Amino acid sequence: MRYVFKKCGTMLLTLIVVSLCLFIAFWLISGDPATHILGTGATPERLQALREELGLNAPLFVRYFRWLKGFLTGDLGTSYVYSLPVRDLLASKIPVTFFLAVFSFVLVCLIGIPLGLYTGRHAGGRADKIIMVCNQVIMSIPPFFSGILISWVFGMILHLFAPGGYVPFSKSAPAFFSYMIFPAIAIALPRAAMTAKLLRGSILEEAGKDYTRTAYSRGNTVNGVLFHHVFKNAFLPVLTFLGMSLANMLAGSLVVERVFNIPGMSNTLLTSIGNRDYPVVLAAVMWIAFVIIVINLAVDLLYRVLDPRTAQE
Amino acid sequence: MKARRVIPAVIATGLFVTVLSACGGKQNNATQDAAATDTLTIGMTQDLDSMDPAKAESAGTREVLFNVYDGLMKPDTDGNLNPAVASEYVISPDGKTYSFTLRKGVKFHDGTNVTAQDVKFSIERYKNSTTGGSLVSAFAAVEKVDIVDETHVDVVLQAPDTDFLAYFTIGITPASVEDLDANPVGCGPYKYVSRTPLENVTFEKFDDYWDEAGRAHIQNVVYKVTTNTDAIGMELAGGSLDMFYRTPEAQLSQLSEEEFTIYEGTMNLVQALYLNNAKAPFDDVRVRQALCYCIDKGQIKELVSGGKGEEVGSSMYPSFGKYFVPELNDTYKTDIEKAKALLAEAGLSGGFTFTIHVSSAHPQHIETAQVLKEQFAQIGVTANIQQIEWNTWLSDVYTGRNYEATVVGVDASALNAPSMLSRFQSDAGNNFVNFNSAAYDETYQKASASVDDAEKTALYKDCLTILSEEAASVYIQDLPSFVVLNKKFTGYEFYPLYAQNIALIRPAE
Repeated sequence: MRYVFKKCGTMLLTLIVVSLCLFIAFWLISGDPATHILGTGATPERLQALREELGLNAPLFVRYFRWLKGFLTGDLGTSYVYSLPVRDLLASKIPVTFFLAVFSFVLVCLIGIPLGLYTGRHAGGRADKIIMVCNQVIMSIPPFFSGILISWVFGMILHLFAPGGYVPFSKSAPAFFSYMIFPAIAIALPRAAMTAKLLRGSILEEAGKDYTRTAYSRGNTVNGVLFHHVFKNAFLPVLTFLGMSLANMLAGSLVVERVFNIPGMSNTLLTSIGNRDYPVVLAAVMWIAFVIIVINLAVDLLYRVLDPRTAQE
Repeated sequence: MKARRVIPAVIATGLFVTVLSACGGKQNNATQDAAATDTLTIGMTQDLDSMDPAKAESAGTREVLFNVYDGLMKPDTDGNLNPAVASEYVISPDGKTYSFTLRKGVKFHDGTNVTAQDVKFSIERYKNSTTGGSLVSAFAAVEKVDIVDETHVDVVLQAPDTDFLAYFTIGITPASVEDLDANPVGCGPYKYVSRTPLENVTFEKFDDYWDEAGRAHIQNVVYKVTTNTDAIGMELAGGSLDMFYRTPEAQLSQLSEEEFTIYEGTMNLVQALYLNNAKAPFDDVRVRQALCYCIDKGQIKELVSGGKGEEVGSSMYPSFGKYFVPELNDTYKTDIEKAKALLAEAGLSGGFTFTIHVSSAHPQHIETAQVLKEQFAQIGVTANIQQIEWNTWLSDVYTGRNYEATVVGVDASALNAPSMLSRFQSDAGNNFVNFNSAAYDETYQKASASVDDAEKTALYKDCLTILSEEAASVYIQDLPSFVVLNKKFTGYEFYPLYAQNIALIRPAE
């Protein structure tokens, strides 16, 4: 329990450091919300007036502490561009990315783990060789390309979905799910391939260890050894990878969201950076940092459960 | 042996679920088709910057809001200004007072009538606005708004300006609504339904629109944000979009002629290599002229947009027929020798090196810059292209004026000459090219003060001639615009400024 509290403390500190870095980054790059809002209607006088109105003339640290005070009291501020509370703006985007990430993650596990087990169990066989070659190919295809390929094959040739025809969950749940399958596959494929490869390698490594031989000598079958002894140990490195993958996917897959025109976090983040809408960017980055930290923590805790040795160290 | 059976079973289940839900998707498309002409889905590459005309800045937002907000005046496809919320107007002989008679029975989307108070409120709101584009900032010139009686309003300007009428196309909004971003109410042919930022904006037909002949035909219009321009063709062909304007040329080839109509027009802007006249060597007119002689506009059009587009020779685009001077296209005929001679005269016979800053969000401008680079190499001038993000462009190039040259398109916020010309006065706040000519300032002021239309037009044309002869910038073209419309619909028409009149579009049969 103390461990969790300690981690939470570190988390808050990390978030504050990240936000300060971002604030400074925004201060360094050209353009601010006022130049964006006025665009080509800008004149030096109008810019000055608008900056005054938006409170952008205050020194960097005054603005930072203003923001930090809001953040710590749960007020994420208002978007300069949309005149909407940042909370409301992100509240509609986070679930989309969250769902896509979880969906992709399930696919990664459903495809990657069985494949890894199968190829590990039958290493050197014909099926293993074929699968490993396919794996290698899939791993090297970047998601934006597989995304375009999937749109083309399933959307344009087979007409299984309309490319870019994202339907929000609130409008039609079945349409939402059937649309999200395709981007989820694009995100999941390389990671599933990676998972299979990792698990296979890990199984082979464990299979050569002494305890495996002992397990065999006690009269266990191959599957018995695989599931009761080897898998537990072989899964640990894969767990780290899966945790990292989930964190990455929750942070949003920029490329896939663009290719499939999904209004998720990444799209919002990128547009808001372009708009210099920094309350939105800060909140989005805080969320991403938060997710990554929480998942790392969860993986650490899971490790402790699966492998009690780590807890004692 | 358990694993052997489990694995294929898992894969099979996965595939089954995929196929099943994919079938669901297909049925869904079929139902969408049945109601197809009820809803028109239009793609746009950027979300609207505001729903409030006092905050809207980008041309892309103005053209959408054109359907929601009607002003006292409204432009037509030929560029004439017709009375809209006003039924009549009189400009006082001194050009200072604009008297409007309000049309009877004009209703806002919330059902209330447009009153003189609403007109006064709207114009004063624009006058005091710190946000918005040049259309809004023009209202800073208003002295006061007087309500004469229930149906008559006088707008008094601080100084005479007979060009001001075009600015009255700005939307009239109800005095009762404070936050138009949250609750957009106007009196245009379409009324606001809902908006999800970064996703879409939905409008529906307004049945009580004052102009019976101008009422909309299509019940629902959805503007959908499509940030990925490479997927436009696919989204149109796949049925997610019915319409797209300013479609990149590369996307057109993916569309079948049986399914789509492609309307060809122009973007209504002046694309040029804008030169910072205050920065050496561009402070020397001979250097600017040398660059003008060096370029081949035909080749640029050929390489950038397959030969489409209209050449320009000054800061005015061809569809703005009243002021466009076609002869100025020929001020500089491609002549490499002359260009070299001018450079030598300016003491730069060995050529020079400069940087073209161009926004990474505008592929046509990037491509134009690349062609220019090759053309300038012929006279020993080296142009380095630097792509920068749009907001950096706004801040460093446009407002900071810290650049040597940039390729961009300048458009008109209203249908009058000042929209294109006022920025080149030497002390204008938006004179981002730092053009400085006493002759220009004098001619422009004379034109602006004149109340005789013929004289005024001639003077504005003189301004254009000065810009061309002084080679304020290297004027290139008005870019082509391709509007793609699904053949289920018809009726699209181009306007001579940024406006998309969706009320003209109707189901095909």
